[in-house]
Amino acid sequence: MVLLTRKAEFSSAHYYWNDAWSAEENQRVFGRCANRNGHGHNYTLEVTVAGEVDPVTGFVVDLKQLKEILEHEVIHVYDHRHLNLEVPEFAERIPTTENIAISIWDRLDGKIPNARLHRVRVYEMPDLFADYYGER
Amino acid sequence: MTQATTNSSVPRAYLSRRYHLSASHRLHTDAFSADQNRAAYGKCNNPHGHGHNYIIEVTLGGPVDPITGMVCDLGALDAFAREHLLDRFDHQNLNTLPEFQSSVSTTENFTREVHRIFTAFPHAQLTGIRIEETSNNSFEYAGPDSNRKAQSL
Repeated sequence: MVLLTRKAEFSSAHYYWNDAWSAEENQRVFGRCANRNGHGHNYTLEVTVAGEVDPVTGFVVDLKQLKEILEHEVIHVYDHRHLNLEVPEFAERIPTTENIAISIWDRLDGKIPNARLHRVRVYEMPDLFADYYGER
Repeated sequence: MTQATTNSSVPRAYLSRRYHLSASHRLHTDAFSADQNRAAYGKCNNPHGHGHNYIIEVTLGGPVDPITGMVCDLGALDAFAREHLLDRFDHQNLNTLPEFQSSVSTTENFTREVHRIFTAFPHAQLTGIRIEETSNNSFEYAGPDSNRKAQSL
C-alpha cells in the first residue's frame, strides 16, 4: 500500500456562533472568531489516499482525476465563499477547522476510484491544522 | 437544537498547533571522555554551545464537541503552552535547566520532555509531539506505550 497526498487551496470567510447561546457566551467561548461580520483565511487542504500501485500505470490514482474531484467536490463549493452563509453543511454546524476537515471527508468519501481515503488535513494557518481519519 | 449524540457516533479529529521557541544547547555527556564526546556529537559538542529556532508541534485528539465544533479550546491550549512551554524554554540555554541535568539536551530528549509536559493538559488527549530542530531535522514522540507512526496513524 502506498499513501499519496494532493494539496489544494481555498480562501473563505467564516465566523463562530451558536444561536442557542447569548452574545456574551459566544464571545466568551469563541473570542475574536465570534465577530458576526466574519473573517477569513487562506486554507490549505491536504487529501491523502491509500491504495495499491497499479502494475501497468505505476499510479495509485490518476492525479489529474484526483485534482478534478477535489476541484469539483470541495474547491468549487468553498473557495471565495462565506462558509456559514453559502455552504449547506455549515448552516447548522460551526465551520471550525475540525468540522471543515470532517465535512471535506464526507464530501470525498467513496468518490475516489481505486483508492481509499486515508486522511484529510486542513490548515487554517501554517501553525494550526486539523486531521480527520474518518473515525466515529 | 442539536442533542448531544452518543460518544461512538461523534467524529474524532486531531488538532495540531505549532509553537516557536529559540534556545541554545550543547550536546555533551559526562559518561564519555572529551574525545568520545567530540566523536559522538561533532560540532554540536562545541563547549560554547549553539542554538536553534525550534518549532514544537503539539497534536491533540478527541471527539469533536457537537456544540462548539472543537476538539478543545484553542485559548486554553495557548495559555497552557505559554506557561509550561514558552515561558520555561524560550530564550534559554537548555543545558542549564533542571530537565537536562541528567539527560543530554538532544532534540530526542527535548521531544520526550515536551510530551511529558503536554500529557498534563486537561482538556484533550495528547497524541503526539513533533519538534523541528532545523528545517532538515525533526523528531516525533507519541508516548512510551505507542508504536504509532505519528504522521501516518
